[in-house]
Amino acid sequence: MNTHVNPPARIGEPLSRVDGRLKVTGHARYAAEHPVADLLYGWVVSSSIAKGRITAIHEDAARAVAGVVEIITHKNRPDLAKADSAYQEQVAPPGKPFRALYDDEVQYSLQPVALVVAQDLETARYAASLIKVDYEAAKHNTDFRIAQGERFMPRRKRAAYQPPKNRGDVDTAFAEAAHQIAGTYHLATHVHNPMEMHATTVVWEGDERITVYDKTQGSQNTQTYLANVFGFKKENIRVLNPFVGGAFGSGLRPQYQAYLATMAAKMLERSVRLVMTRPQMFSHVHRPEALQAVSLATDSQGHLTGMRTEATTATSRFENYMETVVNWGLMAYACPNAEADYTIAPVDSYTPGDMRAPGAATGMTLFEIAMDEMAYEANVDPLEFRLINYSEKDAMHDTPYTSKALKEAYAEGAAKFGWDSRSMAPRSMRDGSELVGWGVATGMWDAMFQKTSARARLSANGDLLLETAASDIGTGTYTILAQIASDTLGIPVEQISVKIGDSDLPMSPIEGGSWTAASAGAAVEATCQSLGKKLFEAAQKVKNSPLADAKIDDVRFDYGRLLSKTDPDKSVSYGEAMAAAGEVSIEAEETVSSGISGMISQMRKSRNTHSAVFAEVKVDEELGVVRVTRVVCAVAAGRIINPKTARSQILGGVVMGIGMGLHEETFVDHRLGRIMNHDLAEYHVPANADIHDIEVIFVDEPDPEVTPMGVKGVGEIGIVGTAAAVANAIFHATGKRLRDLPITIDKILE
Amino acid sequence: MNRFSYHRAGDVAEAAQMGAEADTRFLAGGTNLVDLMKANVERPTRLVDISRLPHNKIEELPEGGLRLGALVTNADTAYDARVEQRYPLLSSAILAGASPQLRNAATNGGNLNQRTRCYYFYDTATACNKREPGSGCGAINGVNRIHAILGTSEACIATHPSDMCVALAALEAEVRVEGPGGARVIPFADYHRLPGDEPSKDNTLQPGEIVTAIDLPADSFTENYTYLKLRDRLSYAFALVSVAVGLTMEGGKIAKARIALGGVAHKPWRVPAAEALLEGQAPSPELFGRVADALLQGAVGQGTNDFKIDLARRAIRRALRQAAAGTPQSQTDKHVA
Ligand SMILES: Cc1cc2nc3c(=O)[nH]c(=O)nc-3n(C[C@H](O)[C@H](O)[C@H](O)COP(=O)(O)OP(=O)(O)OC[C@H]3O[C@@H](n4cnc5c(N)ncnc54)[C@H](O)[C@@H]3O)c2cc1C
Ligand code: SF4
Repeated sequence: MNTHVNPPARIGEPLSRVDGRLKVTGHARYAAEHPVADLLYGWVVSSSIAKGRITAIHEDAARAVAGVVEIITHKNRPDLAKADSAYQEQVAPPGKPFRALYDDEVQYSLQPVALVVAQDLETARYAASLIKVDYEAAKHNTDFRIAQGERFMPRRKRAAYQPPKNRGDVDTAFAEAAHQIAGTYHLATHVHNPMEMHATTVVWEGDERITVYDKTQGSQNTQTYLANVFGFKKENIRVLNPFVGGAFGSGLRPQYQAYLATMAAKMLERSVRLVMTRPQMFSHVHRPEALQAVSLATDSQGHLTGMRTEATTATSRFENYMETVVNWGLMAYACPNAEADYTIAPVDSYTPGDMRAPGAATGMTLFEIAMDEMAYEANVDPLEFRLINYSEKDAMHDTPYTSKALKEAYAEGAAKFGWDSRSMAPRSMRDGSELVGWGVATGMWDAMFQKTSARARLSANGDLLLETAASDIGTGTYTILAQIASDTLGIPVEQISVKIGDSDLPMSPIEGGSWTAASAGAAVEATCQSLGKKLFEAAQKVKNSPLADAKIDDVRFDYGRLLSKTDPDKSVSYGEAMAAAGEVSIEAEETVSSGISGMISQMRKSRNTHSAVFAEVKVDEELGVVRVTRVVCAVAAGRIINPKTARSQILGGVVMGIGMGLHEETFVDHRLGRIMNHDLAEYHVPANADIHDIEVIFVDEPDPEVTPMGVKGVGEIGIVGTAAAVANAIFHATGKRLRDLPITIDKILE
Repeated sequence: MNRFSYHRAGDVAEAAQMGAEADTRFLAGGTNLVDLMKANVERPTRLVDISRLPHNKIEELPEGGLRLGALVTNADTAYDARVEQRYPLLSSAILAGASPQLRNAATNGGNLNQRTRCYYFYDTATACNKREPGSGCGAINGVNRIHAILGTSEACIATHPSDMCVALAALEAEVRVEGPGGARVIPFADYHRLPGDEPSKDNTLQPGEIVTAIDLPADSFTENYTYLKLRDRLSYAFALVSVAVGLTMEGGKIAKARIALGGVAHKPWRVPAAEALLEGQAPSPELFGRVADALLQGAVGQGTNDFKIDLARRAIRRALRQAAAGTPQSQTDKHVA
């Protein structure tokens, strides 16, 4: 045994990112960074109107610019698939997916209306500035409040949508209530702005074959989409996304730059790169604006007796985007009478899309502000109020949870935060000139699992190659997959290469819903176990094998050896085992799905992550300045594979939640139907100065049932509820109940 | 972005001569100009790079003031020991703006000449009289959270976004310029202008004129001053409202007062009559309230910025309190003093 090798990593250790060095040295390449010979560059011209028709495109001046190769518009585009179904990839909501440059119709402001392709980026950009487009504008509406008049519930629902389930007799509950509240809560539109802007490099390989570097959360989803839309054979398209500079849901659906770059490559039979500008990042998926009315009723002791939630979220005119918004409160709390209703309302924008904890970040957060109001109305401490209405089971579906350690999260979070020393009355805590407020909220998200495959190959020198088409959108997928393999096969992380982000690799779904750790993780574990079994069989073939009589359960895999658990002196190295089997490498490939792992049906048990978020704000009341000075986020998310990368996910979610509470919003000029603050100078997310102490706690929540490894995922839970904890803290500080997020300086002063 | 030629100026005279020609722009730190070129708002056919001109020093003036070269960076100015000690108001205001990276690149001349952050000015798909005279003003009846409440016109309601300039106005600095017609000195109050019916003009520079330095008078405010900036997040955002105050206190009374407001008008806003109300008086909430009223006389909201009038009133009172008490606002500790 080589005594120099590092110990294998263990599941549960805070392993640093295995790709960290590549990232900080600039060696990790993103979609627009892959060097390609003879590359052409695209630049998109975006519409200035929100709705209508293109009547003319004046492109002579642009065509006259030396270096311009082509200008593509709806007039000269190549043939494209006709049926909507061709454009409906894995995550498309019901409707008619947007097709850029398809015809003369304009459906939203900043819609692509022309694509300039040139020898270099500067030429493309300059030529694009010379194109003039004439429009015949039609009447549009981008005002969500006006759109309320058109609310509806589509007949065809989005695949992931979960309808609410009513219970009891809500009217009677309110009629007989000792205390009740009612309020309408609003959340502004949030726009996806990951660091890396959407970008695609299409490499024309000749012969109707392309290699595509795309900013996507699912290489195989983009592959299928491009094949269907452009008529390529699927095997002739390879999509790669080895590194993704943040996505949060913006890369679930293929965005228009992938479509346009492919269109240009196909038309010109050349390699083409296209990157969205930051303003154009405001022209695609976004978290929909939401209005949610909540009424709550309790008995004289503060037990919830009735709840009613009605929410409407925005969608586009051409697709019915829906989220699961109203269910969370009904699931979370014991309350005999509850009902909910959900509708969508169309505006003339691009279709909203999933953004970190879609539905829950909106619905649970707004509901949790109402919960705080109810606690005050019933005169019960807000944390106590949640505890006395705690539901061990999923109160809406009336099913048990595979696990729910939320009580522990409340307790550990409260202890860390010091909730005990809070005084109930608003405006009762001060620090010098500032009012101090402490707020609490509950967070919830789904614990999901998706069918995923992985492949592993062990070489005689002990190197392990792991492959799956999963993506790492900055979350740490590379790291945890290496860690799981390292632990399972006893191979140090340094000897493991993880290959992901490639449509040629074993099947993996889009990276979303916080299911990757659980799903790709389980696929890697199963694959490594299967590889281990082959190793064991080989080890038994070694001449005079010390493990000849052992069973697989009697051995462990450590430091590149199979060792007898009872007598570690009995061991066979992987190299010896392979030599005995006459193999230079051993391979395994496995697929995990809920069926195969023998998990009980999704219908009989509920699977969720939970969190308890505590926030402290200090408010300068004279000036309306709010500082979030402390947040404690206690998370119950099953087994944590890597507390370091997991903590980063929660930190990021909490920061985004603070932004939801205080900063993020689009300013739309409804006369123009256009977002006006379309850059990061004026679309505000928290800056460093807005973020102080954030403490993350993972409570112990063993759950062998939820997914094969007991993992629930942590990518999204951190944002859910955080903004409510902040809003509730502001109420506690100031006595002002603000129901409209974000809570900006003017609202504090109102 | 259009195509342009690039010329590195050898001296001020050459720069001024070239600058007087049509469609030519001076390039200093480029943090504003290049952004605007990328957005097609500025479309110069020639850039004259002035960043290597020798006006890159901070020098003592014979009468006790300080001369800030136009090409000294915002960061070097803010952290210059003389500025920190003698003009802490200026240092504080600079540090309230932008980010460390931007301040490292941005120059003093560029800061004076930076253009408005009006959303419509930046978006060539919309109407804007400042960008395209005669096209209309998108911000009026539109989205105008960051727009002016004072000194607006029917043609434009934009603000000047600088923090540094608000302090310079309160300090009564002078702007030294050189142009094809020679050199001249412009009192700070006359440097920027109100939009009137010519919003395309931000200031009173003549064609080809170049800012060479900013002179600070000997008289500064080292004890009783503050720069209070209120914005939509605690750092890295332009001011919704900012207040620069410099007071000279004598025996518990205010001997001299200078106040300038940022984020509320097309130029740093000063009202000498409001300053006069303070002189000879002992600080009091009632007095500060009257001063705020005087400063904001004639303020009108534009819709989504209506809240700024009340916010400005509160900010003025608070800033006066901070200055009178000698507890200036820190730019790193976001707790409001
Ligand atoms: C994201 C962002 C946030 C910012 N936040 C703030 C903030 O909070 N507060 C704040 O005050 N500022 C802020 N700024 C603006 C920043 O201060 C200015 O961009 C900077 O001061 C401009 O200086 P520069 O040298 O880069 O100018 P340049 O971009 O080179 O030039 C700007 C203009 O001035 C002209 N010019 C430059 N030098 C001279 C000269 N000597 N004589 C005549 N004309 C000249 C140029 O021709 C050009 O028109 C921010 C900028 C950005 C990009
Ligand atoms: S306020 Fe001034 S800068 Fe803004 S759109 Fe109107 S004219 Fe243009």
